Amino acid sequence: MSVRPLVLALFLVVTSAPHAWAEQRGQAKEQVEFGIQVAQRGLWKEAIYRWERATQLDPTYAAAFNNLAVAYEHEGQLAKAREAYEKALAIEPNNALVRQNYDLFKEINDRAAQKDGAQS
Amino acid sequence: MTARLRKTALSLSLGLVAALVACTSYIEIPIETPIQPKLDVSAFQRIFIAGFIAGANEDVDANMETVRLLRSQLRNKGVMRVIDADTLPLLEVAKQSGEASTPPVPDPQAATPPVQEPDPNKAPVLNEEKDLEPYNHIFANVAYWKRIGEEFQQPLIVTGTVLFAPQQRSGFVQREQEVYDSFGRRQVVPVRTYMERKGFVLRPTFIFIDGRTGETLHTETFREEILYNANQQTPALSSYFELMDRLLPAFLNTLSAQKIKGTRTLLK
Repeated sequence: MSVRPLVLALFLVVTSAPHAWAEQRGQAKEQVEFGIQVAQRGLWKEAIYRWERATQLDPTYAAAFNNLAVAYEHEGQLAKAREAYEKALAIEPNNALVRQNYDLFKEINDRAAQKDGAQS
Repeated sequence: MTARLRKTALSLSLGLVAALVACTSYIEIPIETPIQPKLDVSAFQRIFIAGFIAGANEDVDANMETVRLLRSQLRNKGVMRVIDADTLPLLEVAKQSGEASTPPVPDPQAATPPVQEPDPNKAPVLNEEKDLEPYNHIFANVAYWKRIGEEFQQPLIVTGTVLFAPQQRSGFVQREQEVYDSFGRRQVVPVRTYMERKGFVLRPTFIFIDGRTGETLHTETFREEILYNANQQTPALSSYFELMDRLLPAFLNTLSAQKIKGTRTLLK
């Protein structure tokens, strides 16, 4: 019983993992950039589809979650927006731009939530 | 030589700026967030701003101004047909229904002289929240509102209280001040100064009543205030409109969907 094939397999896994990760990030980035293009033309539903794909391809891509949150906000899906912002911040807690978006979102979300509290 | 150097530096910096812009990994984008109405008003075709129990400022008739403003805003919005009728004499109704002005029963054994009763023809002083409390029972008078509803073909009725009162406050305020250093460079620095300030506080409570049943559907209370330098003379009516302006979007959002405009950053 030779351990050679096992070592070889392990070597292949270790060396190909960063490559696979880079490829997935690359694909996710393409989806994110396409999403931005369509969002700029007002096609927010298509943008949501693209950014959802990006988060599936690379669940560690904070920008994809941030953009998805913005799109959900634009569509009035505030619970989903909050979830996406929180994921983006969990990945990149020090990202000032995501934090700024989230703070602005919270202002609106609090306003919308006030209605339930004010109701008699 | 110097001119050439300057030209080179300028083109270099322009190139740097262009490169930075090209490499920008974020984009600002305008968004409009829709906020759903707080109240389902699909059952109503008409709305009646019935009037408010108001007080506290002799220069502004908070009842009439609020009725006028809300009616015109709702007309512009076109959510429902706005009923143009006289406002209801709510104070009188509240008094007549007895609970607001129940006179205290005099105690014959009491040694203290009887307190002089207030003149019933004189308008009551409504300076504070607690002054409005004795009249609040009118809003829970289901039979009264049902009757009003029948009179106006069962609209959505908007009523409540409006307190618009002057206020004065003094204390330390942080403000920004321009300063110039020894090289003549302008700087803005925060400065804490003691100031006497005066202004107004607006505290309306809007009560939405179902004209079919007379029951309260929704109640909403707001509080807005404005303060000026003590030497600034701002008419009470201007302050009233400035404060109403701030809370009108929230009032309108009770009846119809609103879109809140903003800007967000998309990342690459």
